[in-house]
Amino acid sequence: MRYSAWTIFKEGISGNGGWKPMWREPEPKGEYDIVVVGAGHGMATGYYLAKEFGCRSVAVLEKGWLGSGNIGRNTTIVRSNYMLPENQPFYELSLKLWEGLEQELNFNVMVSQRGIINLCHSDAQRDAFARRGNAMRLSGADAELLDRDGVRRLCPFLNFDNARFPITGGLWQKRGGTVRHDAVAWGYARAADGLGVDLVQNCEVTGFLISNGTCAGVETTRGLIKAKKVGVAVAGSSGRVMSLAGMRLPIESHVLQAFVSEGLKPALPGVLTFGAGHFYVSQSDKGGLVFGGDIDGYNSYAQRGNLPTLEDVCEGGMALMPMIGRTRLLRMWGGLVDMSMDGSPFIDRTHVEGLYFNGGWNYGGFKATPASGYCFAHLIARDSPHPVAAGMRLDRFRQGAAIDEKGAGAQPNLH
Amino acid sequence: MIISHPLLGPRDSAEFVYLGDASLIGRPHAFDDDAMEKFYEYQFLRDNPDGVHRELWYHEQGDRSWLVVTRDTATHDILNVELARDVARQSGRGR
Ligand SMILES: Cc1cc2nc3c(=O)[nH]c(=O)nc-3n(C[C@H](O)[C@H](O)[C@H](O)COP(=O)(O)OP(=O)(O)OC[C@H]3O[C@@H](n4cnc5c(N)ncnc54)[C@H](O)[C@@H]3O)c2cc1C
Repeated sequence: MRYSAWTIFKEGISGNGGWKPMWREPEPKGEYDIVVVGAGHGMATGYYLAKEFGCRSVAVLEKGWLGSGNIGRNTTIVRSNYMLPENQPFYELSLKLWEGLEQELNFNVMVSQRGIINLCHSDAQRDAFARRGNAMRLSGADAELLDRDGVRRLCPFLNFDNARFPITGGLWQKRGGTVRHDAVAWGYARAADGLGVDLVQNCEVTGFLISNGTCAGVETTRGLIKAKKVGVAVAGSSGRVMSLAGMRLPIESHVLQAFVSEGLKPALPGVLTFGAGHFYVSQSDKGGLVFGGDIDGYNSYAQRGNLPTLEDVCEGGMALMPMIGRTRLLRMWGGLVDMSMDGSPFIDRTHVEGLYFNGGWNYGGFKATPASGYCFAHLIARDSPHPVAAGMRLDRFRQGAAIDEKGAGAQPNLH
Repeated sequence: MIISHPLLGPRDSAEFVYLGDASLIGRPHAFDDDAMEKFYEYQFLRDNPDGVHRELWYHEQGDRSWLVVTRDTATHDILNVELARDVARQSGRGR
């Protein structure tokens, strides 16, 4: 069923009886050409495998329900303001895919290019932003350096004269913004389902069928499923799942929290990030401030965080925009993030033939969803990496080719 | 989380800085034949278990000692706390 204004009108006057479920609930078959594990980036991977690479026999297996992972837990920010050549073209491809995604999927994922401003608070930081902005423009992305008055024009409510961290300017990416996170999961699922991809929910992978160094399928809580190729994209569960294939990864699982306030009148022009502490915020269409900050900082598989982090994040918010002081917090939650040793992701083959890995997205993989799905599908279907993801290799630490945007070293809780 | 410091008693975990897996105590020897491979694994690869995890915490806002905390990553329960110095000595290191 194609969605359009006309469909809404027709259904509206005829009692809304014609809407169909957005996807099927198929029983898993015993065998597929390709099995993808995890329905976040994995859902996008399933879609592009069918759409772009003509794969007809594909299943996406999800342990919980669609959208139960980080794809439905993040703070919805999309941007392409990276600096290093292994990252920037990849994220710019992703932003371009976001720009056309609603037409592509025939689904309203609420892409809103309201812009993102990274604030700076010292001369050195502004120099670093100028360099980053130039790197972004070299890959065809947009970036504008704002001075103090430029920021003031857009956000007069900020605390410009904070004694410790005055605002000296900002790096503005107008094409950045927000996308409704769970609609992305639903949109990809509906479109993939339409192309014959089986989305199997409540199906946890509990082992791999590996013999003679080749992967021939997966064991699941819903039975054995054979496959010629298996792609794994399970975020914070990467360590747990890949250990089933005998692998240790350059990844630690941490918890990142998100917070939403009560609804307010429109106040924020776009996404804002505090460059001196760790606080980022946008305003949802319902009016709630959606914000977050640092990861809690210790290994965790708990999908919930602790209160000291909440306090720290709110202090950052108050330092930046004191006007939110009397706003009440409505809800908060946590997600398992796959923190890699250099803060950058992996889209690569493994030492097992036919087993592919996608992970290490840290706290920033939502924006990557379209490009990650596209490049992972490319890798699985063609057995060669997509050019914009060619640096995202699992063996890059052994080669001394880390992609360390922040220069923090192999210390995941500093990225 | 409350960390029961072996010398100072129960302390708020917010006073500590977290480093990571306690295997970082076991630094490889630089002159081993396979030192390259061992350092790569030491520096970059992690077991990252879902469950009991031994990890290094530094009491920055306290007595500045390093602790080995045994904690369940699925529940955040703290099961045991030792001085990292004692753990290192037990594993045969001089200090
Ligand atoms: C609080 C928070 C805020 C964030 N904010 C942003 C942001 O503003 N912008 C941004 O770009 N990124 C953000 N991120 C990061 C982003 O959400 C993630 O990097 C991204 O969604 C990861 O995608 P994924 O597909 O790898 O993981 P997921 O969406 O988590 O998908 C993995 C799936 O695998 C499933 N799974 C796990 N184990 C198994 C198994 N054994 N068998 C079958 N299935 C399994 C899980 O149930 C899960 O659904 C945020 C993350 C969090 C937690």
